[in-house]
Amino acid sequence: MAKNFFDKVRPTFSEGGKLSWLHSSFDAFETFFFVPDRVTRRGGTHVKDCVDLKRLLIIVVLAMVPALLFGIWNLGYQHSQVFGLGWGFWQMVWYGFVKIIPLYLISYIVGLGIEFASAQMKGHEVSEGYLVSGFIIPLIVPVDVPWWMLAIAVAFAVIIGKEVFGGTGMNIWNPALLARAFLFFSYPSKMSGDSIWVGGLSKALAGGTPWKGGEVVDAISGATPLSHASLDGLSAAGTSAWNLFLGDVPGAVGETSVIAILIGALILVCTGVASWKIMCSSVLGALCVGWLGTVGGVTDIPCWEQLLMGGFAFGTVFMATDPVTSAQTECGKWIYGFLIGALCITVRLFNPGYPEGMMLAILLMNTFAPLIDHYVVNANVKRRLKRAKTV
Amino acid sequence: MSDQIRLKKGLNLPIAGEALCEVTARVAPDLVAVKPTDFRGLVPRLLVKEGDSVKAGTPLFADKKCTAMVFCSPVSGTVDAVVRGDKRKLLEVRIKADGKNEAVQFDVPKASSLDKKGMTELLLQCGLWPCLKQRPFGTIADPEAEPKAIFISGMNTKPLGANYEFTLKDDVAAIQAGIDALGRLTKGGVHLSLCAKSFSKSVFSKLSGVVMHQFEGPHPAGNVGVQINHISPINKGEVVWTVDLPLVAVIGRFMLKGVYDTHRTIAVAGPAAVKPAYAEVTAGVSMKQLASFIAEGNVRVVSGDVLSGEAVGREGFLGFYDDQVSVLEEGDYFEMFGWMNPFRSKKFSVSHAYPAFLRCKKKYAMDTNENGGERPFLMNDVYGKVLPMDIYPLYLFKACLAGDLDKMEQLGIYEVIEEDVALCEFVCPSKIEIQNIVRQGIELMMKEM
Repeated sequence: MAKNFFDKVRPTFSEGGKLSWLHSSFDAFETFFFVPDRVTRRGGTHVKDCVDLKRLLIIVVLAMVPALLFGIWNLGYQHSQVFGLGWGFWQMVWYGFVKIIPLYLISYIVGLGIEFASAQMKGHEVSEGYLVSGFIIPLIVPVDVPWWMLAIAVAFAVIIGKEVFGGTGMNIWNPALLARAFLFFSYPSKMSGDSIWVGGLSKALAGGTPWKGGEVVDAISGATPLSHASLDGLSAAGTSAWNLFLGDVPGAVGETSVIAILIGALILVCTGVASWKIMCSSVLGALCVGWLGTVGGVTDIPCWEQLLMGGFAFGTVFMATDPVTSAQTECGKWIYGFLIGALCITVRLFNPGYPEGMMLAILLMNTFAPLIDHYVVNANVKRRLKRAKTV
Repeated sequence: MSDQIRLKKGLNLPIAGEALCEVTARVAPDLVAVKPTDFRGLVPRLLVKEGDSVKAGTPLFADKKCTAMVFCSPVSGTVDAVVRGDKRKLLEVRIKADGKNEAVQFDVPKASSLDKKGMTELLLQCGLWPCLKQRPFGTIADPEAEPKAIFISGMNTKPLGANYEFTLKDDVAAIQAGIDALGRLTKGGVHLSLCAKSFSKSVFSKLSGVVMHQFEGPHPAGNVGVQINHISPINKGEVVWTVDLPLVAVIGRFMLKGVYDTHRTIAVAGPAAVKPAYAEVTAGVSMKQLASFIAEGNVRVVSGDVLSGEAVGREGFLGFYDDQVSVLEEGDYFEMFGWMNPFRSKKFSVSHAYPAFLRCKKKYAMDTNENGGERPFLMNDVYGKVLPMDIYPLYLFKACLAGDLDKMEQLGIYEVIEEDVALCEFVCPSKIEIQNIVRQGIELMMKEM
């Protein structure tokens, strides 16, 4: 049936049709439902592996679903805790659901809108890359971010971060992180502070209006454990490593639950979609610097607790491993991952004013990834030259 | 003794329709063709016209740059047609066989009595010189060049490829004669690589006058380019020559009998092949004569293997270097929700994104569907896993795309030809035409050098 529909409307979008200028969009929708009937070129490889980018990217999205589901519940849970509402499970989930849906709508409508338009302008097929970026963005921004700000950030990330470089596969920085960085540096007043990570809290505090549940039970618990812990240690932040592992703490939607992220990591590593080398070396880098920090007396937090805090786990699993912006050589991946972990913890330890180091660590290493690769590839080139000389 | 080299990277394609070890057809030549397009960079000068009668070994056309290099008719008969393409480019010279099997008789001295010059002249004159290919670039060997060594791959790991131990079991004497002849052409020796696993049983392990190597591993371990990379990699300014083992037998037969005899046993296989098995044919045989092997319907007939062969169609002809014909269903169908299907058990993927990797024994009836649309390079680690060479494939491809000669040279363009990177194209989730990219890179290098 769907086939008939596509067959019927195809002439309209094909060359000479009324809507031929919308060809890329038609193509994107059609290939979503049907693997196209295109056959291999007559002089190349006649058979092809059945994997395509759609499949690989949908696996990344699926791997993030546990983190999203947990995050939805956690939104309601945090709200209920802070405002003393005593909600049941489904009330919490409903609250989270209502909060997150507009963010997803904005992320995908704005992001995909720009992607479709630029593909249309270039006459390319629409690439699937934004499916993943668009899924990540709502997971890493504060849940109360004003919608217009999010829209601008998404537009910035897609246009300046991706399309100006030539679209998916050509970008230097991870687009999702770029959106978050844009928000943080453009609207610091809305984007920082302790209250932004619990739905409804910053609004309530700003307005000073009393709310149904009465007083804020404990406004301090609205702060992320990270910002407290970076100064005072975990127990002072009123939380434990176990809470951090489970994820029932305030924070960005997707990044609080280490256990949900680990499920995602398992999916990514088992399917081979993301590089386990980057994940391992990033953890290694974080442990190293975390350990140096405790030995040097900079912090009291044991190095392994650093792994549970803030956006480290989410960044390591889902964003450092972005195949486009990470290092491309196998050896380079070890260096790249290690430096991300190390830099992230370094920022945490030495910059109490801005404790979330993961975003900047990844963006910085995105910038340097081509340099790392350059040296790795050059070593191969030198080996080849040396071979020629010795013979 | 011979050294053993074990390769881990690569992939044996689990494609259905392997040929039975049995010769089920002996095709007496009817219409055959010699195609200048089988030889990279060749500009041919036609020496015959339609209606001329020829014998096996009569020159049909010559290389414009080196007129001594001739290309001969594999059968006796009359020139049936000279097929030209755009800009009068010579595509095929077709010969209608007369069934008499008359051959030009050459006077062949003993190989040991010839020096390099003498042997070169002999092979040029009899039309067998084009059996020798040259690396870098995979062109016909330059008779003036001094090759570092000559390499022969005695193992065939190509998907559905002919098993040399079977097809050439009666040709060992001819192969020995061929090796002796090739040995006159280089001071670096003739290198033969055999499969390590079956080395002791191999009919070729007793050959003399060669440096033996043993290789083990999945395809492309049998590709001569990969073997050279591990035995003695090609550096800038160096030249090596390669000969396919079936063509060594052809050279050997010439040395023994003095006639141009290109008959060979080819595998006719593939998911759309009817009773896949072996057939005895001459070079340039028409696919029409193999029709009994080819299923009805919309199928693609490939001269060569499914990774880097050429689609020639039901009426096409076997390529000069090819010793297999692959038959595939055309994949021009829409597959609803294909990429969303969690199992997709009818299709093969090396990626763990599908559970195919768990069914390791299963063979798949692969077709020619692209299984997706073309996208930019995104997944960067898939290519290196199927290329067992000390090369960064992605960077080489990008250098080829950019047309950056220095970079291509630095990153190893001298060491690969299309067939070596064919598996990279197979596994590419972005469906990029990698062999075409490398081909254009090579052509650019040849033009600029």
